[in-house]
Amino acid sequence: MPEPQMVMFAEEFHQIQGIVDTLVKSSNASVVFIIDKNGQLIAAAGESDHIDTTSLASLTAGNIAATGGMAKLLREREFTTQFHEGENANIHIQLVDNRVILVVIFDKKTSLGLVRLRVKKACEQLGDIFRQLAEKAQGLGQTPFAEITDDDIDNLFND
Amino acid sequence: MSFINYLSREINCKLVYYGPGLCGKTANLQYIYNKTNPGARGKMISLATETERTLFFDFLPLALGEIRGFKTRFHLYTVPGQVFYDASRKLILKGVDGVVFVADSQIARMEANLESMENLRTNLAEQGYSLDSIPFVIQYNKRDMPGVAPVEELRQMLNPNNVPDFDGVATTGVGVFDTLKAVAKLVLTELRKAGG
Repeated sequence: MPEPQMVMFAEEFHQIQGIVDTLVKSSNASVVFIIDKNGQLIAAAGESDHIDTTSLASLTAGNIAATGGMAKLLREREFTTQFHEGENANIHIQLVDNRVILVVIFDKKTSLGLVRLRVKKACEQLGDIFRQLAEKAQGLGQTPFAEITDDDIDNLFND
Repeated sequence: MSFINYLSREINCKLVYYGPGLCGKTANLQYIYNKTNPGARGKMISLATETERTLFFDFLPLALGEIRGFKTRFHLYTVPGQVFYDASRKLILKGVDGVVFVADSQIARMEANLESMENLRTNLAEQGYSLDSIPFVIQYNKRDMPGVAPVEELRQMLNPNNVPDFDGVATTGVGVFDTLKAVAKLVLTELRKAGG
């Protein structure tokens, strides 16, 4: 397969959640998300209840994919950081280890400089965890889907 | 590429609707959106031009139910069909688990169908996938239009590998859910193979 299987386990998830919880506080941001490059939401911290996180995740992944396409045209490996400034809200988007995307939404309560500083530190920690996860996924022999039957699949559509 | 979350017991898969410009890819997603229980779907996002042509993609998240205690979620995407948006189409195919090719049945669009199918094959290959092995279904759309080619002819031209194929009228929903179910089944079957 062209890309390794993405998986998430409890142990790594708690580590990742710890990092985003810390980041939202230390950077004084409103919300922090982690999204995989295909647009799946992995973790969130802060005031995420009033945000459509699924849509935001898919659009962020599209944004990163488009920027990656531009980078390729310019023979750059990747543009790893993006910043969008609004009237009230700002978004800082950081590609971590070319595997996942760290999104920080913040307002006037903090500054871009502080966000960038805290994101840098979080990136190093996240990079290590996602590298471990990728290794663990490769060593994973069987997924829970190895034993599903045709009936299981058919039942999904019986409504 | 599917994402298996062992903690929240969820599996997420990505489906892409491909095909020539104005073949009805967005219409498929719109019909699914309108006919699905709001609890089972998220918001549909369309990144379109002012004339409602898809500029980058449409996106619709769907929850299908549980399988062996895992919630199955499908993220449906369309590509922009117009020829000059090829760079965007390539991006949307990244990490795809299953593909629906929506063909325009009108005789006048035969060449556009063939060109789009060839483009799909090339763009998938660039991402390391083969059209011959990825979960793949075809919908012959616009069967209600005048001047359509016979299904047999379309099949001969576009479906040499005999993948599941369906007649469609996406605007009224004919064949829309059959197509979706068929590709979703193939994706889940593929997951079983990959996990064995």
